[in-house]
Amino acid sequence: MAEEKKLKTLATGDKTIPPEGAKMIPIYIMGREYVVPETLTIMKAVEYAGYSYVRGCGCRGGICGACGTFYRFIGDYRLRSGLACQTVAEPNMIIMQLPFFPANRPGYDLEKMQGAPHEELRRLYPEVFKCVGCGTCTRTCPMDIDVMDYIALMKRGDLKGAAIKSFDCVMCGLCASRCPAQISQFTAAMFVRRVYGKYILPKAAHVKKRVDEVRSGKYEKMLDELMSMKQEDVKKLYVEREREPDLAESGKWMPKETKNL
Amino acid sequence: MSGYTTVLSELIKKAEATRPARVEKARKGEHFPALTMEQRQQWLKKYHPDYKSDGRRKLLIGPNKGMELPEEVASLIESRSRLNTKAVDLKKADYETDLLVIGAGGAGTAAALVAQELGLKVLVSTKLRHGDSNTVMAEGGIQGATQEGDSPYFHYLDVIGGGHFSNAPALAAALTNDAPLIINWLEDLGMMFDKAPSGRMKVRHGGGTCRKRMHSSGDMTGAEIMRVLRDEARNRDNDIKMLEFSPAVELILDSTGKAAGAVLYNLETKEYYVVRAKAVVVATGGFGRLHIQGFPTTNHYGATADGIVMAYRAGAKLQDLDSTQYHPTGAIFPEQNVGLLITEKVRGLGAQLLNVDGEQFCFPLEPRDVESACVIRECLDIGKGVVTPTGRFGVWLDSPMIDLLHGEGTVRKELPAKYIQFKRYDIDISRVPMLIYPTLHYQNGGIQIDEWSRTGIDGLFSAGEVSGGVHGRNRLMGNSLLDVLVFGRRAGLKAAEYAKSAKTGSPLSLKHVDDFNKEIEGAGIRSAGVSPILLPDYAPDHVKARQIV
Repeated sequence: MAEEKKLKTLATGDKTIPPEGAKMIPIYIMGREYVVPETLTIMKAVEYAGYSYVRGCGCRGGICGACGTFYRFIGDYRLRSGLACQTVAEPNMIIMQLPFFPANRPGYDLEKMQGAPHEELRRLYPEVFKCVGCGTCTRTCPMDIDVMDYIALMKRGDLKGAAIKSFDCVMCGLCASRCPAQISQFTAAMFVRRVYGKYILPKAAHVKKRVDEVRSGKYEKMLDELMSMKQEDVKKLYVEREREPDLAESGKWMPKETKNL
Repeated sequence: MSGYTTVLSELIKKAEATRPARVEKARKGEHFPALTMEQRQQWLKKYHPDYKSDGRRKLLIGPNKGMELPEEVASLIESRSRLNTKAVDLKKADYETDLLVIGAGGAGTAAALVAQELGLKVLVSTKLRHGDSNTVMAEGGIQGATQEGDSPYFHYLDVIGGGHFSNAPALAAALTNDAPLIINWLEDLGMMFDKAPSGRMKVRHGGGTCRKRMHSSGDMTGAEIMRVLRDEARNRDNDIKMLEFSPAVELILDSTGKAAGAVLYNLETKEYYVVRAKAVVVATGGFGRLHIQGFPTTNHYGATADGIVMAYRAGAKLQDLDSTQYHPTGAIFPEQNVGLLITEKVRGLGAQLLNVDGEQFCFPLEPRDVESACVIRECLDIGKGVVTPTGRFGVWLDSPMIDLLHGEGTVRKELPAKYIQFKRYDIDISRVPMLIYPTLHYQNGGIQIDEWSRTGIDGLFSAGEVSGGVHGRNRLMGNSLLDVLVFGRRAGLKAAEYAKSAKTGSPLSLKHVDDFNKEIEGAGIRSAGVSPILLPDYAPDHVKARQIV
């Protein structure tokens, strides 16, 4: 009974129960004042105020890009941005989430590039080459990506550099929403990363080889044998299996037992 | 000093007071005694949520009547439909398609791509945006036996041993045999794998693997997979139509009992739509957002087990749905990190778990389920948990020990992502400990399928976390990203074959929904709610008290 009572006072799941005497702070959700406990993220503060998300909320862990948010502090001209699930609500924050922003995303066929990759980029995204270099995208990015820099690399034809520089992108679209040259940086970067992954990064020969082996049906027999074995025999094989050393060099290391490779 | 409150900073002093002696002992190789095998069983039975009978009950209705499930899952399943079936006009379909895919994470998108390649018109229904799923949150990697010293044979042994030999063998075989094909497929789609300059895949070990076969893309492997698959689906939008913010709320069968579509619900306009399809793939993901027994979760906002509910009403069987993976060390403070996974590596490097008095209470490297039970016991039974400002319980994970044991800078070098994640909130984990509590990570069980993702209902396929059997009662790291793609592709393939050959076109029916509602009544379940719930409810009590209409 006592335990049950104790449990009831616990916050469960993602619902927040502020402690007695928690310091309350004013925030302004799309201009409307609410008072919420300090230390919450913007997302949890908005929920605490009584909003139920349909848009503008996804993984709640900083990787899906659903909760891009702009905010200002009262009395401060600067426009700031962040992910609602990762940014702590502070007093006098005026908050607006941007759950969606229209982006230019021309379709393409990755298997049939019409020219060299950088020419294809120019054909699909000519606006990339009109970047005015203002740096607003970089200042806006909630993932701290130097967006303007990867756009510059694209302009120079350095797709490898642009792919690597843009890798952390969560595609929230905040960069595109602020671009005076009307570039959809994050969709152009998506195209560049796939082109890089497919055509510029060297292929893994060992994967191709293994695919041929799988397609030949080589492993089906071995697996059938395991599946039809008695459980204690499988257990024995499991316990006795050889562990590849952590620092072994891939492609060079071979186990003692090679029958089932 | 830090992002900790004054109260918590005071408590940290107790941990600091015992630290020198603990470090000294650790240097000598002395550690807190591990539980005996008998104690493990006792602790698990008493404290692990999977073993606790008071949070569980038997299903009263449906194909798995008598199956014991967590209360939250059982109640969700034994809820009424959202639909007034009488008001649904099944004679007029709002959408007609070859294949309906429900859920647009990794599994659903993979199914859609394959079916499209085989000539099908595909309609995808998804609750949130395309890609909003647990797939996008998977960090560590994807397994596949692509190296010369490895093979699907050894991958199979790892999978089935990790699952305590409770996996469906045919599913484990399909998973491991297809794995190299999946890695190759992703490479062809332009995924940025971590590679050596020669093009060779960089691979690592995961917990319970005998070969290094964890392929990765930085520490955002799932996000990279998802954005590549989504981008490809968008390139094929002539054939793959995406309906975002329009989850399915019931499956539709035809008069012969085959799956023949679904009723969708537009979350924004609140309209219902009837979809007629020749085949249906359910790929709606897991149940993390049900917060089984109040646990926080690492899962996506939409993980509310919608597919389980709909498929069960339509007559699909479930398996192992009582088995949940709890990760022992989820962050519990600060609030913005709650549920965030703290890798096992932290304990591997020597960090110990401490209670509110700064005392050790368990061996830090027990198996995951046992370790979770130890933490729960310390907080809820012994009563020596630390209470956070937002009313949560936790224990200390004493990360500053790591630098003391292995040298200054080890934390920053070995745990860069975690270091930054806490540094953002003014907590330097190389100087002060983290507060942790077990977190709900993965739904081990689900809809029963065969190795071709077939559910037992003609025309109904299922793939990804929503299905059970692949991992048995415990999943290894790196096999869930693989699972969604292997069985997503298999579902797309078989659904396409089925759609082309099966006799379809019989009148549509929601009789199974009416029958299920009657069964609820017949079983005397008075408190039945309404499901699928679609989204979790995080409105605080003070707001609810005023929502009086």
